[in-house]
This record gives sequence, structure tokens and C-alpha cells, in this order.
Amino acid sequence: MSEAERMVELIPRLRRYARALVGDRAAADDLVQDTLERAWAKLHLYRRGTDLRAWLFTVMHNVHVNKVRAARSTDPLDEGMPELALRAPQGDALVVRDLDRSISRLPAEQRSVLLLVTLEDMSYDEVARTLGIPIGTVMSRLSRARDKLRAMMLGQASAKLKVVK
Amino acid sequence: MSDETPINDAELQAYVDGRLGEERSQVVQAWLATRPEDAERVAMYRRLGEELRRAYDPVLDEPLPEWLAVRGGPRRRWLRFARVAGWVALGIAIGAVAGWEARDVRPGVSARGDTGETMARRAAVAHAVYSPEVRHPVEVGADQEAHLVAWLSKRLGTQVRVPKLDAVGYSLVGGRLLPGENGPVAHFMYQSNQGSRITLYVRTNAATNRETAFRYAREGNVSVFYWVDGKVGYALSSADISKETLLSVAELTYQQLNP
Repeated sequence: MSEAERMVELIPRLRRYARALVGDRAAADDLVQDTLERAWAKLHLYRRGTDLRAWLFTVMHNVHVNKVRAARSTDPLDEGMPELALRAPQGDALVVRDLDRSISRLPAEQRSVLLLVTLEDMSYDEVARTLGIPIGTVMSRLSRARDKLRAMMLGQASAKLKVVK
Repeated sequence: MSDETPINDAELQAYVDGRLGEERSQVVQAWLATRPEDAERVAMYRRLGEELRRAYDPVLDEPLPEWLAVRGGPRRRWLRFARVAGWVALGIAIGAVAGWEARDVRPGVSARGDTGETMARRAAVAHAVYSPEVRHPVEVGADQEAHLVAWLSKRLGTQVRVPKLDAVGYSLVGGRLLPGENGPVAHFMYQSNQGSRITLYVRTNAATNRETAFRYAREGNVSVFYWVDGKVGYALSSADISKETLLSVAELTYQQLNP
């Protein structure tokens, strides 16, 4: 199978990750498109026989980081909260919305680690290679992401209980 | 011994993800049994993972091509390559078809008027005529590339770009001006170290402003990949490399023309 065909096969996974990473559906698909374009243009840099999935996710990571950075530099109002600016609260179910919002509040670098481990089921080593960070950093970010997410979900749950009362 | 070894956080995470070895998992399990708060935390981590998958896994089943097709614009164009690659693989599997063949890569689009077949045919003929030329393959050589580009851009009435194909082993020999159906045509020639040649036929197509998918045609022994991008039509021809190799050159050409 050619790289192009394998890339096409990986599109749904890129979309899933992008959706969770960016939140908003249109922005996520934008990210996927930009990623695929970039990957296509850079395909000659991909070494045959290596992990195409990890390579594609690396490309997506870089494209995303650049987008966030661009949003930051073109709009000074975004300073300090560029991640939130890219997301619009949406989701089909309340749970999804809560989860979505909570994820969006995670620092970007923690979010990507958590999502690659949870959604892509990447090994910690693969995550480290994909994001270009040491494995120790993967572990600490994963831990912090889970802690924060848990705290947020607990906070939401108690807030709802209060409302119900 | 082992139950005195402290459980570090990385191990706890690995336990959550089911990636801890059997032995350490048991140690962690025993440790958690005595610490209800940590056990609760671990359970919550796992539940968060399940929620995440439940929330986002449905994206995997969402129909794919919709947003690629609907959104339009230059962004979906990369897909041509994927489609062509798939098509080529299919074509090879079925068996090569001899003689002239021209077909749309994407069924359903072919009905839209001029398919560029004429362009492909002319490009194939130009290739057949000029590529065997030893003494005068081009009018202006690659050593005067800037002049070549300026000249052809002026004659075609649009900014002409010359793709660099060195990455796939082809260097520019030069170019020439040709007469086309509707006016001047730019013709670039590339050559590999082994002496095989590829030509790129570039025409302006003022009548329509649209895009087509990549298409493949064959005239005699000349293979052509051609496409229309806005006002400009491109056809890439070769007589001595495989369809797949030519496709990879077409891919690179496209990238170079649309940086």
C-alpha cells in the first residue's frame, strides 16, 4: 500500500484527535486539512518503513502549534488565552460538552499527551517521539493532565449538585 | 522486598493505562487496596479515559469525503494524489490498457465540459517531438532560468512557475515556446542522470476558470498526467518511466506549483 493510501486510512484518526484537541468541528477539520497538505508536501522527508502514524501526528502537532502561535501573534487580544480562543463550546451531549470544555482548559501540552495516550493508545515512548519530548516529560504531563481533568470534573459535578439542590 | 518499593507516579499512570508489567501491577493493586483515596483517583482516571473514548470515537465513523468535497478551494486538492495513487494501483491490478486511454480520476466530474484531453494529446505530441532532440531540446537553457521564466510569463500572460524536480532526480534542461490551441504554450524539459526526459506543458485557459482532478492519459508510448488549476492547464509527459514514477513526479510538480 502506498503512503498516500495509508495516509487516507489514517484520516479518521487524525480527525478524532483533532476534534478533541481543538474542540470545534470546523476548526478541527481545518487542522486535519492543513496537516494533510503539509504532510503531502513533506512526504519526501518521511522515511519509508518508519511509523507513518507517528509521523503524521507529529506533523499535526507542529501545524497546530504554528496555528496557535499565529493566532497569538496576529491577534494581541488572544494573548494569554489562545487555546480558548480557538475553541467554541459545542457537543451533542451534556457530558461531551463538559468533557470538551474541561479538556479545552488543559494546557495544550498536557492535552496532547493525554489524548495521544487515551484516544490513539500510543505507548509513552511513541508519544515522546511524536511530540519530540523526553519520556519523563510525557509521564509528568500525563499525570498533571489527569489530575486537572479530575479536579474539573469533580468541580462540575459538585456545582451541578448544588444547582439541583 | 517489592511491596516496600515506593510506587512512583509514572507507574501509577502506566497502571491506569494497563501498561504495567504483571508483577508491578500486583504491587500497585495491593498498594491501592490500603489507600482508598488513591484507588478512587485511579478509578476516576480510568473513567475519564472511557469518557474520552466514548465522546470522540464516534468521529472515526463520521463520513469522510463530505467536508473535503463540500468545502472546495485549494485545500482539498492534495486528495487528488491520494485518489490518483489509488486509481493507479487499481489500474495496475486490472492490467495495463494499451493505446489511448483517458479517464477521470473522480467519477462524476467528467461531465463538466472540456476535459483537457486535447491538451494531454498535444502535450504528448510535443513530448514525442522534442524529447529525443539531442542538439536543440530547448530554446532557452536552464542556465538562463530567470530569463526563461520572464519570457514565457510574458508570452502566456500569467506568472509561469518552473517546478524544481531535483528531489525526484530530474533537473531542468530548459524550455521553449509552443503554439497551442488557444495561444502560446510554455514547454519545460527535465532530464535525469540516466538521460530519461520529462516535459511539462503549460497552457493558459482563459475560457474557463476551474479545477480538475488529476487525470491520466496515454498516447502511443507517452504517458501524461494532466490537470487544470484555475486558468492554467498542466500536462506532464514521459515516454520511459512507469505510471507510478510519473505520478510521483506529478505530485512533486503540483507541490512546487502550489507552495
